[in-house]
Amino acid sequence: MITGRLPWALWRAQILAILRLEMKKTFVNRRGLWIYFLALAPVLLYAFHSFVQLKNGRQGDLGEDTHIFAAVFQFFFLRLAIFFGCVGIFMNLFRGEVVDKSLHYYFLAPLRREVLVVGKFLSGLLAASVIFGTSTLLQFVAVYWYFSSHIVQEYLFHGHGAEHLAAYLGVTLLACVGYGSVFLAAGLLFRNPLIPTVLVLVWEAVNGFLPGLLQKMSVIFYLKSLCPVGIPAAIALDRGNPLALIAVNPAPASPATAILGLLVLSVVVLALSSVQVRRMQIDYGAE
Amino acid sequence: MSGQAPDRQIVFEDVSKFYGEVLGVNRVNLSIPAGITSLVGPNGSGKTTLMNLMTGLIRPTRGRITVMGISPAEPERLFHKVGYCTQFDSFPKGLTGYQFIYSYLRLSGQAHRVADRLAGQAIERVNLAEAAHRRIAGYSKGMRQRIKLAQTLCHQPSALVLDEPLNGLDPLIRAETIALFRSLAQEGRNVIISSHVLHEVDAISDQVVLLSNGYVVAEGQIHGVREEIHEQPMQILIRCNKPGDLASQVFQQDCVVEAKIHPDGQGVLVKTQDAGRFYLLLNRLAQGGINIESVAPADDDVLSVYEYLIGTEEPTK
Repeated sequence: MITGRLPWALWRAQILAILRLEMKKTFVNRRGLWIYFLALAPVLLYAFHSFVQLKNGRQGDLGEDTHIFAAVFQFFFLRLAIFFGCVGIFMNLFRGEVVDKSLHYYFLAPLRREVLVVGKFLSGLLAASVIFGTSTLLQFVAVYWYFSSHIVQEYLFHGHGAEHLAAYLGVTLLACVGYGSVFLAAGLLFRNPLIPTVLVLVWEAVNGFLPGLLQKMSVIFYLKSLCPVGIPAAIALDRGNPLALIAVNPAPASPATAILGLLVLSVVVLALSSVQVRRMQIDYGAE
Repeated sequence: MSGQAPDRQIVFEDVSKFYGEVLGVNRVNLSIPAGITSLVGPNGSGKTTLMNLMTGLIRPTRGRITVMGISPAEPERLFHKVGYCTQFDSFPKGLTGYQFIYSYLRLSGQAHRVADRLAGQAIERVNLAEAAHRRIAGYSKGMRQRIKLAQTLCHQPSALVLDEPLNGLDPLIRAETIALFRSLAQEGRNVIISSHVLHEVDAISDQVVLLSNGYVVAEGQIHGVREEIHEQPMQILIRCNKPGDLASQVFQQDCVVEAKIHPDGQGVLVKTQDAGRFYLLLNRLAQGGINIESVAPADDDVLSVYEYLIGTEEPTK
């Protein structure tokens, strides 16, 4: 038995032990290979785009590519790739263990269930951030790859390039935090992952049409507010695009409010998940 | 069952558990002291439900449970004192036997060195050292059972809850494992075992809890339980030099229900409603020229008690 130790030190040691156990499961999982494909899809798209541009003699427009990147980031990467990636990673943290009938291993250890929730969430967050953060970085490299190094350096260090990259990486991380907490909770409440996935997808899609208070109860509201390049500008390239309706953020939150709001939302969802895990019983027979 | 302090016992107070409308266990009142206690009953009688309740894997619908003075709703305290070997034959993926135990100890908050030492000791204690660094996925059923046992005792708990721990073990390992349970009980620990194998239960238990259809039908030391079953005449085997004479003499007595020569011809098996009176009678007969070599109860074992109380729903004998 551990004696004379502050709980924080014990909890930190236990969270590290959970991370060690979970890392392999979250990163190297045959059932999760599709997440890597999802994350790599825009990278491949941009690489192909750059390759074509290189063959055509570098005739692209950096400003236009910046808007294309912003649109793909919001329409595909945030709303689909990270969204479904988090479904795959976070919903399996508890649900997968129940299906594999191995959750009792954790429940039989002298471990606060709240600590287990935090440990599992962090392991999912680490996996999602590495996978999607790397993807964001590679997308950024791939989309500007065909420009000459002089133009890229100018954009990165004298324009807004580095600032945009940092913002996109930050939004990616926050998206993993937000969607991760939501889908960890969903995995505790639903046996069928399809139901919460569709519910959250619809909720996030109609977010722009909801009253102000309800908008704040979604992840995408905060993420849209933090994206460095606004979609209206990008959509202006194609005003007839109906996607503009779901991308426009008529009353964006300030960056500080957005970050704080998303973190508060995630903490509340995780706290509720902890209560649920505290009450959870092992009944594999009911699965 | 015992007068031990509550913080040394596992106590159920009017505990019921329902799965929806299905009864798990009903109105269980128990105090399980140190030593080996066996939970005996047919499939579905509530053995695993009791074990899951005392380890907090499920919550009671009604009533209160304390294990060594701790509520099972506090796993962070409970599992410093309790180890549970479940019937679930599934493990975290990709782990070796050693990693399985070591990770459990790290989850418990143990430092690397302590976890490494305790994992080694536990694996040694279940004789699995040679296979410790092989993946559990490649283990036989018996080896998986033993690595679960190692996990149960690796943190040196005061109470071990073992659900069918002898399942899948070959006879030699079975004997070694039973010896291990005995040594753990001798160290003053509570060892709670569920088993279908009655002769093993009989051989190793200090106490038994007989369960049927979710109810505790009897509990305590097996001899005490047998004495409480008044409706079944007590069977006594008397070894003597003149079994025929003895049988004819005892048969004439009121307190004797039945007397028959033992199949080996070396004694008499007597059924009596009043063992006290019969023993007095036997003293008189011994003085009358019959040389009595031994007198022993013939039905105060778990098997007999089980048959009297639970009847035909027999587990493996």
